[in-house]
Amino acid sequence: MSNENNKTVLSIKDLKVDFETATGTVNAVRGVNIHVEAGETVAIVGESGSGKSQTMMAAMGLLASNGRTQGEVIYEDRNILGLPVGQLNKVRGEKITMIFQEPMTSLDPLYTIGRQLAEPMVVHGGLSWKAARAKALDLLRLVNIPEPERKIKAYPYEMSGGQRQRVMIAMALANDPDVLIADEPTTALDVTTQAQILDLLRDLQKRLGMAVIFITHDLGIVRRISDRVYVMKTGDVVESGDTQKIFTQPEHPYTKMLLDAEPTGHKPPVPESAPVLLEAQKVEVEFELDTGFLQPKHVLRAVDNISFSLRKGQTLGIVGESGSGKSTLGRAILNLLPAGGRVVFHGKQISGLDRNAMRALRKDMQLIFQDPFGSLSPRMTVGQIISEGLLVHEPSLSAQDRDARACQALEEVSLDPVMRNRYPHEFSGGQRQRIAIARTMVLKPEFVVLDEPTSALDRTIQKQVVELLRDLQKAHELTYLFISHDLAVVRALSDTVMVMQGGKVVEAGPADAIFEDPKQDYTKELVGAAMLTQQHMMETA
Amino acid sequence: MHRYVLGRLLSAIPTLFLIVTISFFLIRIAPGGPFDLERPLEAKVMENLNKIYHLDEPLWNQYLLYLKSIAQLDFGPSFYFRDFSINELFAQSLPISIQLGLSALCLALFVGGTLGVIAALRQNQATDYTVMAAATLGVTIPNFVVAPILTLILGVWLGWLPVGGWNGGAFVNVILPVVTLALPQVAVVARLTRGSMIEALRSNHVRTARAYGLTGYMVIVVHALRGAILPVVSYLGPAAAALLTGSVVIETIFGIPGIGRYFVQGALNRDYTLVMGTVVVVACFVILFNLIVDLLYALLDPRVRYD
Repeated sequence: MSNENNKTVLSIKDLKVDFETATGTVNAVRGVNIHVEAGETVAIVGESGSGKSQTMMAAMGLLASNGRTQGEVIYEDRNILGLPVGQLNKVRGEKITMIFQEPMTSLDPLYTIGRQLAEPMVVHGGLSWKAARAKALDLLRLVNIPEPERKIKAYPYEMSGGQRQRVMIAMALANDPDVLIADEPTTALDVTTQAQILDLLRDLQKRLGMAVIFITHDLGIVRRISDRVYVMKTGDVVESGDTQKIFTQPEHPYTKMLLDAEPTGHKPPVPESAPVLLEAQKVEVEFELDTGFLQPKHVLRAVDNISFSLRKGQTLGIVGESGSGKSTLGRAILNLLPAGGRVVFHGKQISGLDRNAMRALRKDMQLIFQDPFGSLSPRMTVGQIISEGLLVHEPSLSAQDRDARACQALEEVSLDPVMRNRYPHEFSGGQRQRIAIARTMVLKPEFVVLDEPTSALDRTIQKQVVELLRDLQKAHELTYLFISHDLAVVRALSDTVMVMQGGKVVEAGPADAIFEDPKQDYTKELVGAAMLTQQHMMETA
Repeated sequence: MHRYVLGRLLSAIPTLFLIVTISFFLIRIAPGGPFDLERPLEAKVMENLNKIYHLDEPLWNQYLLYLKSIAQLDFGPSFYFRDFSINELFAQSLPISIQLGLSALCLALFVGGTLGVIAALRQNQATDYTVMAAATLGVTIPNFVVAPILTLILGVWLGWLPVGGWNGGAFVNVILPVVTLALPQVAVVARLTRGSMIEALRSNHVRTARAYGLTGYMVIVVHALRGAILPVVSYLGPAAAALLTGSVVIETIFGIPGIGRYFVQGALNRDYTLVMGTVVVVACFVILFNLIVDLLYALLDPRVRYD
């Protein structure tokens, strides 16, 4: 690993960050040493709660008001940590700039893009508003915003997430900074947009030569763009070194665990003789968009003419970016929203059945949601949440029997049955998702729609949940419809994969064929963007 | 935009029509009439009066007559202040009430807004607690308590300000009533501003402004306050109505010839036309202020468009 030298532009020394909370002091960062050289890209990687963002927030004087710092942040031979705001403002926004995780909210909704881009240039560069505006236009061109003359007058709400993130990058570059701190800049974006933003950042760094500190939880991104890596865990840097070395010879067990957390493996195929469980024919969902009084209705085809069939024990992975209609398809299959076409389950047509007729079938067709925080009632114990479905579907069970079934379900998802008397807020995200899975499994379903079940979880937790889903499928011969934008997870779990875009199927086929030999341009772009090909090459190399 | 404003003004007509209709019949349900004095008038005099004021005609007819005159912006003659028409009464008193109310509103916005911003910037510190405690006091102490106390201190003991009278709206005469009227609104505006300002200061785009080293003024006023002021703007409509109607007590205490006292006198004396007149005037102001609020909202927030 490289040590500090005369090329070092920013150096964080023994930085500690504490938060005073009502329940005591939280040590978010516990003595971290990080430095970055001119023209270098350094990644800080870690899971949620590792203190990676707070380290950089503290360095920039952006902590919440209950945050306390100790240590040094050296920029140009001067400690900038704890400087008065007036002096700190001579550095931040000019020499050290930041891009944030939330492109949708990081720009002020009340001002035009042009005005917001101009502000730092007027404040730091001493430009007139007119000159700053002219330069803002150049910057928009630099970050490849289409129609910059028009977009400079646009408000943030008129732009997509990817475009807003480009604007943020333009803002970061406005004063020709020495260091650019990017805090999870692509996490909230679709994979293809993510790839474009990363390419843009890399290209701009090459041309402009600034140092980049890249905070992320995504190892794929680390491998793709960084020269050096710091691995953080619960407020400490546990390992650091050249990217190549970290990936090939990790030393710390946590680093190994992180690397190992990339979902791998394949699903064993289902025998040809397995019976067809579910068949969807030409499923269509249309939404009427509200365009105003007496205006012609605008119809959005969220799901357009989709057919597939699933044999017992199979998993169909549905991938696509946000707005592709994948979740809508999942709900249409379960008859949770009005849809055209035909869905046949166990040889019986279920499309068009009313609520009461569907209720008997609901036991066999279940749904697991993405958000493990919002989908469990905060006012019920875990035991009540899990056994609630039994009240409807197996009313003959006694309270004791229901409790026993809840215990059994909890054991099945590797949670201690003693926990059934606790409330959801006492559990972590991963544990909550296990509870959600237990709630589904207690009914012994045959078919489960999994709507992004792992997207809100850290990679290591995600891997455990994937393993759990796999085990449950094997044990109960479950049939899954697995919806995700995460191609690595889909690949690890699915027999067949369907790629969706704008409500239509772009490409469908066996998982390996789709990922290794994509035929359609969009699939190629998606797979390339997800960096699976690169990963695959490294695996086989 | 023009179409939107025109539409809103046109839609005020049915609203006003409903208000006029309901209040016309409500006040007639109340027992007694404008000429029922403690000592009854002679039957002949009563008959004449009723005839002059069309009170002998069927109620339905009276209603139509009233609608007809109000459509010509004629609020009719006053029953109690004889020799005066309602229009004449309002011509004298309404400007005074408007001046009083608007002054109080501006004062409340300025002082309340400033206090709210200061409290938000010093959240959970002594300054914040002091401002909020003062705001609670401002809301809870009724103005008929505040007014005499202020008059006593500033008018009687110190002799700095006159204790009452309007004096054509002279500055010294205006101070006490405006301050008293504004106090509760100052408190509400301060609370509203503080709450939304705290939220705004925590928002991601304000963090961006900080991270880019913008000046304190740009961070606090340009980026945080503009968004934070929106809930306060929404409150302007009800506040304006409260200030117009709330001036009854203030006008009585300070002896100001505004329209406030007509609410009371009109209702107590069954001065039908006076009551109707005040109701219509207040309704017009509420409608107008709500329209102004909506337009102001669109001006501040580009996401709101009326096309």
